[in-house]
Amino acid sequence: MSDVSTAQGLADPAARKALMAEVERVPGAAKPDPILKVDKIVRRFGGVTAVDVEHLEVQRGIITALIGPNGAGKTTFFNLITGFDKPSSAGQGAAWTFQGKSLNRTAASSVAKAGMVRTFQLTKSLNRMTVIENMLLGAQGQTGERLALSMFRPTWRSQEREVNEKALGLLERFKLLEKKDDYAGSLSGGQRKLLEMARALMTDPTMIMLDEPMAGVNPALTQSLLGHVQSLRDEGMTVLFVEHDMHVVRHISDWVVVMAEGRVVAEGPADTVMSDPAVVDAYLGAHHDTDLGDDALLEDGVIAGLEEEEKQRNEEAGA
Amino acid sequence: MDQIFFILQSVVGEAIAPATAGVAIAVIGLNIHFGYTGLLNIGQAGFMLLGAYGMAISITKGLPMVIAVLIGLLLALIFATILGAPTLKLRGDYLAIVTISAAEIIRYVGRLASLEGFTGGAQGIPGSQYSGPFRNLSFFGSGSWTLSPFNYETLGGSTAVRLLGLLVTIALITVTVLFVRRTKLAGVATRSPMADGLVITGLVVLSLLAVLFTFPQTLTRTGVDGWWVRGVAWTVVLICSLLVLLLVRSPWGRLLRGVREDEEAMRSLGKNVFAVKMQALIIGGMFGALGGMVYVLASTVQADALARQITFFAYTALLLGGAATIFGPVLGTVIFFGARILVREASRIYVPDSIIADNKTDVFSLMVVGVALMLLVVYRPQGILGDKRELRFHV
Repeated sequence: MSDVSTAQGLADPAARKALMAEVERVPGAAKPDPILKVDKIVRRFGGVTAVDVEHLEVQRGIITALIGPNGAGKTTFFNLITGFDKPSSAGQGAAWTFQGKSLNRTAASSVAKAGMVRTFQLTKSLNRMTVIENMLLGAQGQTGERLALSMFRPTWRSQEREVNEKALGLLERFKLLEKKDDYAGSLSGGQRKLLEMARALMTDPTMIMLDEPMAGVNPALTQSLLGHVQSLRDEGMTVLFVEHDMHVVRHISDWVVVMAEGRVVAEGPADTVMSDPAVVDAYLGAHHDTDLGDDALLEDGVIAGLEEEEKQRNEEAGA
Repeated sequence: MDQIFFILQSVVGEAIAPATAGVAIAVIGLNIHFGYTGLLNIGQAGFMLLGAYGMAISITKGLPMVIAVLIGLLLALIFATILGAPTLKLRGDYLAIVTISAAEIIRYVGRLASLEGFTGGAQGIPGSQYSGPFRNLSFFGSGSWTLSPFNYETLGGSTAVRLLGLLVTIALITVTVLFVRRTKLAGVATRSPMADGLVITGLVVLSLLAVLFTFPQTLTRTGVDGWWVRGVAWTVVLICSLLVLLLVRSPWGRLLRGVREDEEAMRSLGKNVFAVKMQALIIGGMFGALGGMVYVLASTVQADALARQITFFAYTALLLGGAATIFGPVLGTVIFFGARILVREASRIYVPDSIIADNKTDVFSLMVVGVALMLLVVYRPQGILGDKRELRFHV
């Protein structure tokens, strides 16, 4: 297989561009080497159809962003494919595979064991445990977690030491090292986001799914988080993330999937997708590039211009 | 003065009674359920009753002691599996409902007249029918013995010596409490947890000796309610505490606390939450069954003696000692039972009969304990040994 060679080659932006260049810019486009394939997944809450995805593929080894307006079904989609929710279309053709393995009936814990690990939009830190304990829980295949062996320290001592070292390394990378003995509940919202991401990485995932990782994180930290996410990709990990900050999306994503009202409405590289009129209408708005904090906006001329533009657009829509 | 000494003498007697040890073991199990894993088991008395019946009936049917104990534990395992299988996938409240009703079912089945041949019906199984094999194991000899052999009477037996002993006891207990609090406050920063542990152990042993110096207990060595039962009961308590210490300080114990904090997060980390909860329910339930066996060793197996109230006593003791601590359950149980006797005897002696009749003092003691529990939960929710820091982010 060419998997390994492509995964390593993907640290080079040009290689990623070349890889995705031939992919069609339509919803549900086939990818050269999909790690995740989703088919006919529908989730209804009463009369509301939250998710209705006909087909979606996620390319291995790149960063894919999932964007869309609030209520578009992004988080529900995450829940469905990670086993935290069951599709309404179960048994009616709903199918999804991860690395060629079917996950239709797999429990959430087994999905994580298979190598697809997620974080949550509302962070789930284990509050009354210390930061380092939170981290240690992420490690997979711990001998000491087996009830029969847990009482015999020698059976797991050396593994515990290794896991501990790995955890400390990750904490250092995420600037949480000096907090390691504090209760996770005493961390700030942004620090919890970091902890959750670090904890997810303790599981050695092949694909990591981040639900709004940058929300509530200060700009400097966002910068370093972006760096982390990119280095994960460069190490060969696949990243799928939900984000509302378009600068972030444009900056790091190699491919963007747009959802609206539960459906995938557009796919493509960031620049193509963001100039797609459907996406602009459904999600971004005409002036998504305008800095709302810019004082120039307050000048009469600019406001008059915007009003004029709006009127024109309305007329066009009416005509 | 003599009256005060009499009251305290009976408090100490109750604190070391086999029934107290039995409840302490059940509380250790409940601590695994509620304290570490967050499982709301309101039927711990049912596990105790099942263990007691399992052991007593097996012995009356002629099985050896060891097999009888194993049967009691096996019953708890099966009971926990049956209760857990349908409820542990649901929200926590369902387990609470199922356990409390299942415990009542066990109690009513035990009282059934048609089962009199096994359970003795409402009368229960008298201790004489099953405690024989247990007492035959004793190597304590016969006659009676006083603990501690070195006591205030060996020093002349005057009230002054006894009072001095009492003051030393109070001083030692105060020092122990202060020392424990200091090491707690230092938290992770303590340089030598080993040395601290040794000092605390030493202080606790000294306090115990001082208590027994001032209030020596004289009992038969191997009688129905003598030293042999107490020795075995408290040894089992100690072993159970050490087992829990080993279990919860392991990665498995970390899983328990993780499940208590957030099940979804644990699932997202690839942990089988259902299996962990089931293991915790079974282990805690088996501790409960063991506690039930110890509880009945010096008395009878009677269904109503192990009814709902024992579960609520157990919760009180757990919260008093401190949930999710190693020695909190034992300390809480001892203080809970001691305090009940203290209130009962004090109200019997000092409150005139016209206000509280002698036969109502037991009920009164329960009322006082109930009020104390409310105050405790309001003003010191972490219990005696708990860590206050944990409560700041209780969700």
